[in-house]
Amino acid sequence: MDLRRHPQARWIGLALVAVALLALPFVLAMAGTAWVRITNLAILFVMLSLGLNIVVGFAGLLDLGYIAFYAVGAYVYALLASPHFNIHWPWWAILPIGAAVACLFGVLLGTPTLKLRGDYLAIVTLGFGEIVRIFLNNLSEPFNLTNGPKGLTTIDSIKFAGLDFANSTRVGDFAVSGTIKYYYFLLAVMVLVIILNLRLQNSRIGRAWEAIREDELAARAMGINTRNMKLLAFAMGASFGGVAGGMFSAIQGFISPESFILTESVMVLAMVVLGGMGNIWGVVLGAVLLSFVPEILRYTVEPVQRMVFGRSIIDPEVIRMLLFGLAMVVMMLFRPAGILPSAVRKRELARPTE
Amino acid sequence: MSDAAPVPAAASILEVRGVGKRFGGLVALSEVSFSIREGEIYGLIGPNGAGKTTLFNVLTGIYPKDEGEILFRGNPLRNPSPDRVAALGIARTFQNIRLFANLSAVENVMIGRHVRTRAGVFGAVLRTPATRAEERAIEKRAHELLEYVGIADRGNELAKHLSYGDQRRLEIARALATDPRLLALDEPAAGMNATEKVELRALLDSIRKDGVTLLIIEHDVRLVMGLCDRVLVLDYGRNIAEGVPRAIQKDPRVIEAYLGTGHATPPG
Repeated sequence: MDLRRHPQARWIGLALVAVALLALPFVLAMAGTAWVRITNLAILFVMLSLGLNIVVGFAGLLDLGYIAFYAVGAYVYALLASPHFNIHWPWWAILPIGAAVACLFGVLLGTPTLKLRGDYLAIVTLGFGEIVRIFLNNLSEPFNLTNGPKGLTTIDSIKFAGLDFANSTRVGDFAVSGTIKYYYFLLAVMVLVIILNLRLQNSRIGRAWEAIREDELAARAMGINTRNMKLLAFAMGASFGGVAGGMFSAIQGFISPESFILTESVMVLAMVVLGGMGNIWGVVLGAVLLSFVPEILRYTVEPVQRMVFGRSIIDPEVIRMLLFGLAMVVMMLFRPAGILPSAVRKRELARPTE
Repeated sequence: MSDAAPVPAAASILEVRGVGKRFGGLVALSEVSFSIREGEIYGLIGPNGAGKTTLFNVLTGIYPKDEGEILFRGNPLRNPSPDRVAALGIARTFQNIRLFANLSAVENVMIGRHVRTRAGVFGAVLRTPATRAEERAIEKRAHELLEYVGIADRGNELAKHLSYGDQRRLEIARALATDPRLLALDEPAAGMNATEKVELRALLDSIRKDGVTLLIIEHDVRLVMGLCDRVLVLDYGRNIAEGVPRAIQKDPRVIEAYLGTGHATPPG
C-alpha cells in the first residue's frame, strides 16, 4: 500500500509502533531485566549510528574513530556528576555541555582531515579515536583528570520530576524498575534524534552533504563551501555521539577507557553499513540488529550445541563472533548497499551499465 | 585589442590581465589578457592543449593563478575558492559533465540554489516558516529552470539516465540556479547532434537576452562563429588573436595554429 496516499493508514501504523515500543520493556522484563538493559544499550547504539551516519552516510566521509565522541560525552557527564571532583550538576545541564564538547572535538578532528579522502581519512580518524582513548587512560597524572584505567565510578543517575532513575518506583501495585525508566528516557531522546536526522537530510544542508558525497569539485563549483559543510557534518555527528555518551555514563554509573576501544568504532560503522548508509531507517535497523543478534546468539548457541551434539564443542563466545562475521560477509555480498539501502547510495554502488 | 569590436562599448564584466599558470616546468598559460563586456557571448577557441580549460579553472578558482590579475565587475579576484567565485556570480559547466549523477535532475538544480539561500541547521531542524518558504522557493525555481532549458518533463529522472544532450542542458540549468552574472561553458555542444546544436544555440541566445554574459569554449567552429560576438584564440597558453569571428577566421596566425604553416584555407 502506498502510505503517501493513505495518511490514515500511516497514522494508525505509527500509533501501533508507538504502543508496541511503550509496552516493550514490560514484555522484555518478563524474560529478564537483562533484556531491558540490552535494549537500552541498543537504543544508545541507534543514536551513535545515526550520528555516524551523518558523517559517513550523508557527507560520505569515512570515520573510524567515532567512538571517541561517545567517550568525550561519557567523560564530560562523569566528571560533572560524580564524587571525582565532587561536582553534581543536573543531567539537563550536562548533556548539552557534553554535546558541545563533543562537537568541539568533532571540529578538532575535522579540521586537519578536510583535504583527505578514503584510505587516508580512515587512518587519521582511526588514530584520533586511539589518541582520545590513550589520553583517557593516562590523564591521571600529574593532575588526576580521568582516573586512568580505573575509570570513574558512582556517577550520578538521572533524576527527573522527582524520580530517581537508579531505583525502582512503585506505581500502585506495580514496580517500575530504574532500567525501564531509563528505557523511556532513551526512547524519547532517540525519537528526537531520529526527527532531527530526518529534517536535516531533507534540507538545504542535507542536499549540500549529498552533493559533496557525489562530486566534491562540482559541489564547490556550485557555490557550496565544502570546508564548512564537512566540518558541520563532523560537528553534528560528534554532538549526537556526545549526548549518547552522557546517557551511557548515567545509566552505567561507571565508565573506563575500556568501553571506548577501536572495536566499538568498528561496530558502530558496521551498524551503519549493514543497515544502509544514508538511510535513517536502515541505520536504525542495523543498530538494533547488531545489538541484539550477538546477545541472542550468546543465549542460544550453547543450548543448541548441547541439543545437537550432546555437549558444548565450541566456546559460545568464539562461535558467536564467527557467525556474526559470516553474516556480515554474506550480507555485504548480497546486499552491498545495506539491508534498507538509501536510494541514492544503492545507485552509487550499482555496477555502471554503460 | 578592441580594434574590430562591433558591439558598442559596454562596461567590462571580466578583465583578465597578463594571467600565467605553470604546472612544474610546464607553462600552461602565459600573459593571457582579454576583457569580456557585459552582455556579450565571448568565445574561447584553440587547438587541443592550448590551455582553454586551464584558463577556465583559473577563472573559477579551481587553480590559483601564478601571475597576473583578474577583475570581475571591477573587483580584483585574489585566488578565491571555487565556492566564493560562484557566490560572486560566475557559474560554470564542465567539459566532462560533472552532474550529481545519482540524484534526480531537479535535485541537481536545487543544489545549485544553495549559494543563494540561507537555511542553516537550526532552520532545517526547527522547520521554521522562513525555512519552509525558502524550500518551496528553491523547488519552484528548480522546476522553472528545467523548463527554461527545455527538460521540464525529465525532472524526476536521475541525472545519469538523461541523454547526453539533456545532461548538458541540466548542467546549464544547475549553473543558472546560482544566479550568475557570467556563465562559463566548457564545450557545451560536445557530443551533440545537429538538431541539439541548433536548440543549444537558441538556449544560449535566450540566456544572453536574459542578461547573463557568456564565456564559451567550443570546438565546433561553425557554432562559435555564428554565436559569439568576439572570440579569443589561445595557442600554447598564449592569446594569439582576438576579435570578431569573421576577422579571426582570416587571421593567418589562427590558421597556422589550427592547420600548421603553408595552409591558406581558414578553419570552418
